[in-house]
Amino acid sequence: MAGLATSFGSGAMTNSISEIGEASCILAIGTNTTIAHPVIGVEVKRALRGGGKLIVANPREISLCRMADIWLQHRPGSDVALLMGLMWIIVDEGLLDLAFVQERCENFEVFLDSLKDFHPKFVEQVTGVPAEQLAQAARMFATSKPATILYTMGITQHTHGTDNVLAIANLAMLTGNIGKPSTGVNPLRGQNNVQGACDMGSLPTVYSGYQSVADAKAQQKFQEAWGAKLSPTPGRTLTEIIEAPNLEPIKAIYLVGENPVLSDPDATHVRKALERLEFLVVQDIFLTETAQLADVVLPAASFAEKDGTFTNTERRVQRVRKVIDSPGESRPDWWITCQIARRMGAKGFDYQNPEEIMSEIARLTPSYGGISYQRIEQVGLQWPCPTAEHPGTIFLHKDTFSRGKGKFAPLQYRPSAEQPDADYPLILTTERSLYHYHTSTMTRKVKGLRKLRSQELLEINPSDAQKLGITDGQTVKVSSRRGQLTATARVTPVSPPGVVSMTFHFAETPTNVLTNPALDPVAKIPELKVAAVRVEPCRPEQNAPAPAMAGSR
Amino acid sequence: MSNVNLTINGGKVSVSGNATVLEAAQAAGIYIPTLCHHQGLAPHGGCRLCLVEVEGMRRLTTACTTPVAEGMAVKTDTPQIQQLRRNILELVLSEHPHACFTCDRKERCGPLDICLRNVGVSERCVTCPKNRRCELQEVVNYIGMPEMTVPYTFRGLSVEKDGVFFDRDYNLCILCGRCVRVCQEVRGAGAVAFTYRGSQALIGTAFGQPLYDVGCQFCGACVDACPTGALVERSAKWMGTPDRQVTTTCPYCGVGCQLDVQVKHEHIINVIPNKDSPVNKGQACVKGKFGLDFVHDGDRLTSPLIKKNGSFVEASWDEALDLVVRSFSKYKGGQFAAIASAKCTNEDNYVLQKFVRAVMETNNIDHCARL
Repeated sequence: MAGLATSFGSGAMTNSISEIGEASCILAIGTNTTIAHPVIGVEVKRALRGGGKLIVANPREISLCRMADIWLQHRPGSDVALLMGLMWIIVDEGLLDLAFVQERCENFEVFLDSLKDFHPKFVEQVTGVPAEQLAQAARMFATSKPATILYTMGITQHTHGTDNVLAIANLAMLTGNIGKPSTGVNPLRGQNNVQGACDMGSLPTVYSGYQSVADAKAQQKFQEAWGAKLSPTPGRTLTEIIEAPNLEPIKAIYLVGENPVLSDPDATHVRKALERLEFLVVQDIFLTETAQLADVVLPAASFAEKDGTFTNTERRVQRVRKVIDSPGESRPDWWITCQIARRMGAKGFDYQNPEEIMSEIARLTPSYGGISYQRIEQVGLQWPCPTAEHPGTIFLHKDTFSRGKGKFAPLQYRPSAEQPDADYPLILTTERSLYHYHTSTMTRKVKGLRKLRSQELLEINPSDAQKLGITDGQTVKVSSRRGQLTATARVTPVSPPGVVSMTFHFAETPTNVLTNPALDPVAKIPELKVAAVRVEPCRPEQNAPAPAMAGSR
Repeated sequence: MSNVNLTINGGKVSVSGNATVLEAAQAAGIYIPTLCHHQGLAPHGGCRLCLVEVEGMRRLTTACTTPVAEGMAVKTDTPQIQQLRRNILELVLSEHPHACFTCDRKERCGPLDICLRNVGVSERCVTCPKNRRCELQEVVNYIGMPEMTVPYTFRGLSVEKDGVFFDRDYNLCILCGRCVRVCQEVRGAGAVAFTYRGSQALIGTAFGQPLYDVGCQFCGACVDACPTGALVERSAKWMGTPDRQVTTTCPYCGVGCQLDVQVKHEHIINVIPNKDSPVNKGQACVKGKFGLDFVHDGDRLTSPLIKKNGSFVEASWDEALDLVVRSFSKYKGGQFAAIASAKCTNEDNYVLQKFVRAVMETNNIDHCARL
């Protein structure tokens, strides 16, 4: 998101889901769309049915590859080189949209200068993608318009994640694929309301609507509205909350609906950090692995038991409606937080219902200014929606970018923080299963989903498996510099040689004890997609029986 | 595309030039029965029930495949059409149990009554999981079937139970092909297809393999498309009509599919992807369609818990909140942090960040956007 904010001035999916089906060309990079966002996968298929082209860039042979016109199988962590290579060819062959670049963008010369280093021969060396195939992809992307780019965590969860995003933004601007229908740079958000949580200011640097806490005007506005003195110092990011050796230690944490003991990189470390706290409150619907460490656990109502709104990946604010009563003493999260605030003597927390909260949000958040429950009763509205008459915004940056001109970013190739070596010769990348969600707190409670995928599977290429003496269904030990665990091997050509992959859905196989917490310097996203590991077969007597349904689609 | 004007049953209708006659009729609120047409699928013209008369055309034509034209005059309900539809429907029903249409007790029979009439077990309305919420029943009721001249042939197939979340009872299948087409055209999975030919024709998987082995993703699109009781969600199978239906947003990924959640006896029994939503257009995935059961799980937290001597003890809200408030008061400022949730609503998040900033006097709040 930080990358997009730099290039365009706004960090969100630029276009809408239903536009994807109308695109002439789709570049899907670092996204296993049909697995992680199946309904967007349906849109991709619609585009293909209409004659659209699909370019997939992914180290693994995901199911999207089978539908692709071109599959670029680049090495994990070589995305910047791949994208810059595409642009080198587009510029070299004169396929760029020069009029768009000159009229709508800036900093192009500096970018061109940095592009010089990405000769296709060099790119071939770094990424493993043949120069000829790269050229085909470049021509296809540059000449089929409108073209759209989809990406997810495969792009962002790297120490150079921001560079990856900047490279994608460069490509969209270079080919004039932005600010028009069925174009754009489209990060598909992973969680139901991750867009909304950002929009609402659940971030250390901004109030709702990305109004900076360091901005005196915004500070003044919120001080007046909330009747409290507010700090202009940006707060800490999640990783810095968990640990920051050079800062004042955090002593108390109020943790709502998260399970960092499973989801965060280097999980052993996270657990220790939470155990060190003087006071930990966890508010959740289940007693998660993290909740077990808490001093106080507060029972929350699930999505089906409360009213409110979620903002989806295309910036659409949609209603969440109470379907059933919440069990026992559990209560909606907003109610619990308000109770704490009121008991601490604070004013302004006496909302009767979520609709009252939304009207306060609309009053203080320009991009949500025109949103009310009444207007989104039937169909949700897409922000920016500043006034009660505004119809919402289907795609961003139509006539001008949020920051004025689109800014090209000069880039250089930086390898991932951890490279395979003699001790840890394989690259571990993380993925998701169709049948589970995040740390599986919800999906593992569903019998059918448990049946479809019951355990962690380490996917490994047949050539690597043969070298290591591993057979399908065998229990293997996986170790990295940070930890080790055992998992069941699934020998499959889906994983390229030298790369193994695991999900992080299973508490008994906590993949994130292996992953690397090294951060992207700007976005502070950990490098979950590249970690060096060693895989060894366990002794036969340690073997678990092969799973009945060993698939992992 | 500009609008064209036509008349349907004498009434004037104006629709976009690329609409079909069926869409024009639907837009005008005129019902034309159809069994093979379905949202998102290309016009098929398979079931022939949507036959209409168009002035100037030599023969009757299927409304779902005929594009509208300026000045077109359409009749949807002439005696000739009605007779033809009855004949077609009779053939459709020759392999579908039809006691639920023809039994004279159907209006008076309660759910707990014993089937008194001489209806075979395989044919009884009460043995159909979709009785009273069946699209085929709607079509038959509209067209009207005073009596059946073709006898019913029971296929005698066993129910396929490999769907994990749904069963496939092809004794109830009318071969409309919606499930095949939605799986291929819309979802791109192609897990099921027509097998065999002629009177032996059936829907099935390649070589009768289990769904899991033929690329099924268990999205349930086929179940949503099925107009009969052949494909039914197991959770809703013998639950009858739901008490109520509430439209809400899926709690899983960021797509934000709109789901019509059906409730009976305060339990979620079924989920139908919302057809009118511009986001998912009647589609969902396995998690949204079949994965909402977790809200009823016995492990749900139902009371505040306070840890005493290393183990949790249930507490009242007053006790728990007072303890939280006492402790939080000690850590105002930089020693405090909150971790918010991308699973919670906008309203939950807004209130939490307001609390952190206005009450706890710090900007230490973040969530897992980065994971």
